[in-house]
Amino acid sequence: MASWTLDDLAYWDAKIREQVDALGLDCYPQEFELCNHNDMLAYMAYSGIPSHYPHWSYGKSFEKLKTLYEYGMSGLPYEMVINSIPALAYLMRDNSLCLHILTIAHVYGHNDFFKNNFTFKSTRAEFTIGTFKAHASRVRSYMEDPSIGADKVENILDAAHALSLQRRRNLAVKKLSPHEEREQLRANALPPHDPFKSVHRRPDYVEPDLQKVPLSPEPDLLLFIRDHNPYLANWERDLLTIVDEESRYFIPQIETKIMNEGWASWVHREIMNAIELPQELHLEFLVRHNQVVRPTPGGINPYHLGLKLWTDLKRRYDEPTRDEIRENGQPNKDGMAKLLEVRETDRDQSFLRRFLTEELMREMDLFEYEPKGDDLVISKVADEEGWRGVKEQLIRGVGMGSIPVIRIEDADFGHKRTLYLVHDHDGRDLQLENAEKTLAYVYRLWGREAVIETTLSGKRTLLTFNDRGFSAKSLK
Amino acid sequence: MVDTIFRPFRQSEAERSDRSAGDRLRHRQKIRESIRENIADIIAEESIIGKSRDRVIKVPIRGIREYRFVYGDNAPGVGQGNGDSQPGQVVGKSQQDGEGAGTEKAGDKAGVDYYETDVTLEDLIDIMFEDLDLPDLERKALRQLEAPRTSKRRGYRQVGIRIRLDKHRTVKSRIKRKFSADRRRRNAAAADAAAADPTALTALEGEEPIELENEIEEGALETRALPRRFPFHTDDLVYRHVTTQMRKESNAVVICIMDTSGSMDTMKKYLARSFFFLLYQFIATKYRSVEIVFVSHHTEATEVSEDEFFHKGESGGTFISSGYQKALDIIAERYHPSLWNVYAFHCSDGDNFDSDNTAALKAAHELADICNLFGYGEIKPLGSRYYESSMLNIFRRLDAENFQTVLIERKKDIWPSFKAFLAKDKQQD
Repeated sequence: MASWTLDDLAYWDAKIREQVDALGLDCYPQEFELCNHNDMLAYMAYSGIPSHYPHWSYGKSFEKLKTLYEYGMSGLPYEMVINSIPALAYLMRDNSLCLHILTIAHVYGHNDFFKNNFTFKSTRAEFTIGTFKAHASRVRSYMEDPSIGADKVENILDAAHALSLQRRRNLAVKKLSPHEEREQLRANALPPHDPFKSVHRRPDYVEPDLQKVPLSPEPDLLLFIRDHNPYLANWERDLLTIVDEESRYFIPQIETKIMNEGWASWVHREIMNAIELPQELHLEFLVRHNQVVRPTPGGINPYHLGLKLWTDLKRRYDEPTRDEIRENGQPNKDGMAKLLEVRETDRDQSFLRRFLTEELMREMDLFEYEPKGDDLVISKVADEEGWRGVKEQLIRGVGMGSIPVIRIEDADFGHKRTLYLVHDHDGRDLQLENAEKTLAYVYRLWGREAVIETTLSGKRTLLTFNDRGFSAKSLK
Repeated sequence: MVDTIFRPFRQSEAERSDRSAGDRLRHRQKIRESIRENIADIIAEESIIGKSRDRVIKVPIRGIREYRFVYGDNAPGVGQGNGDSQPGQVVGKSQQDGEGAGTEKAGDKAGVDYYETDVTLEDLIDIMFEDLDLPDLERKALRQLEAPRTSKRRGYRQVGIRIRLDKHRTVKSRIKRKFSADRRRRNAAAADAAAADPTALTALEGEEPIELENEIEEGALETRALPRRFPFHTDDLVYRHVTTQMRKESNAVVICIMDTSGSMDTMKKYLARSFFFLLYQFIATKYRSVEIVFVSHHTEATEVSEDEFFHKGESGGTFISSGYQKALDIIAERYHPSLWNVYAFHCSDGDNFDSDNTAALKAAHELADICNLFGYGEIKPLGSRYYESSMLNIFRRLDAENFQTVLIERKKDIWPSFKAFLAKDKQQD
């Protein structure tokens, strides 16, 4: 069977950890668990969480992964790491020794990123495993409760899952308390300071509406519904809380996909080159490494893009070209220090905005495509006039940028307790079938009419879901 | 320096835990439900009609998608080229590749395909007929056909296959044995002043004990720590015994009559075939020994094979009476109504030669007299109803309880009219 033993892994792990320290990484304690491919599929289906509450969508995800795997359409990931303390990672038993060494090195990269990146600060990694376990046992207790039952729980979870990503994105920004929010509204209503007050007409004071619910547009759909629908039972509220907490846990990972994978790839490359692998292992490493970080034609491979950016960033601080020195001056710190700083302070959007240069984009041949009829047609390439547009488009689509921004504007629209949502349209329309079905879920949770204002093919449109079903009408 | 732990792989743990089993089961249930809800659409698909039962077909699944607010087709994206990308180049098809920006591409693509699932036609038919019953066949005097029927329970045995293990009786017999063993031990203890020797117990038990399937290692350790362990013994195991039985069944014959005249265009024939296909599959599902006769007619009627019936086209005028007469002949020849339950169904567009109407009505009367159930389905694709003659008006004059007509106007009428056809027969009983 396997051509390696646990001792081999421990031996290489010790070597890798020397390099981890030499690079100046700062990791949580690490735990590796060996599993077979079936376990791996299950971990993937449940996003790696060892004890997760049951829901059919995970069964579906398992079947899908399994089918793809069995038909050879997709391999299994070499690694899977959970943001917890200790960081938990799974190694697949059937992998070769080289792959294990590569995976271990890669895992330390993620581990370091989890511990240091600012987006993960709010995830409370020390409680991850316990929280998920508690969620699972609460959901199970509702399912087993004879007065509730599995069907009702599923009903709520289906709806809650549909809305789980409709929430505030930047967890580092503090949510204002109702009191603070009111203060802010009052302050905003005051006229701005005017040095020529004496000659100007006094502006009318518009009193802020402090009775409105919500006071300002609210992005947290689940929590708002939980707190403002008086007809929800306690267990239903609890389910909404659970789903919201889970998505809060996953948002940093969505927000830093490119950085995180790029960082781990950069770290494993540095480590693997430093630990003096025997030649045959090293050759296998080169093959595997290239499989992971090669570009996806027509798409974006986050491993590839991230690795490119990190490599280039280090080069710009260690060996800047003459042009760069002319433009930015002599670098003020060495490359590694800069990398460690950036892995702490950025997320995908800011990372790309700050460090994706025209030269890099041209080198990678990034382009923007638009649908035209049935085809996707390249509209801009990374040349002199196009690169900014391509870059903006890329930044718009990464992280939570691929999720439409929808906020609750009014919870008592028309004094009928209609929930009025507004989609913050940025040129991308909502997919109508999905919008209809998701709005039905909003209606299910809210219990009254739900309305969303959006733009479809350039027209302001109001989508409504109430007891008579779905309807759409354009606004003037 | 950070701490690192390696946890070895444990085979037993991996085999014991199949954590996604419950969720997978629920997911499959949902697929089945979804198929059942959309069955009317699915079975009306051209690709199904007239196909053999073990064929695998693709069925679109609705209702188990996970919906979210997502961006639609007009969202642009960013991709990476080979170094020679130019504006205006086509890089893919919308729908498939266009979902969102590149990062989540692979997942989305697979996701779209996934909503079609493969089902064999047989499974589909099972799902379809799950909550339908064949009308109870009237018991005719002579029962000729024998149908094998399994799973008749006949007592208990000490050997058998695992699945037939009767847990309740097994546990009971163990308890009995335990009581008698305890009593013997007490007697022995009373006779002998010395405490019961544990070796005596093992000797008493004899063979190697077998453990119950869910008895896990830790559990076993605990039990061993308890004072006395009393495991299951092969003698305790009780299996249900099952025999196969032959059962007499009523004879039934289903006569399918179809108009294949020139006025039956492709669409009409297709609708008629769909209906017969359902009828045929349904009967074949519920009964093992049912005979089916296929008759196709234009101005003349012939008895045809199943394959010809479903696949061959003909042309010519229409004498509906010819089809009925043929059916009557066949019944008289082979299926005497005193011995057989006869079910007849006729599909036509109702475009009969006027001169034949009286004869058709008369033959229909005769058929209704000798059949348990006689149905007439008129195929009138929407729009054609107003300028073509209809047999429905003529058959209104036929006043027999076991006669009924259905009107099929489009694909989605097939399933409801099929159900209505069967329901009618139930009401009679």
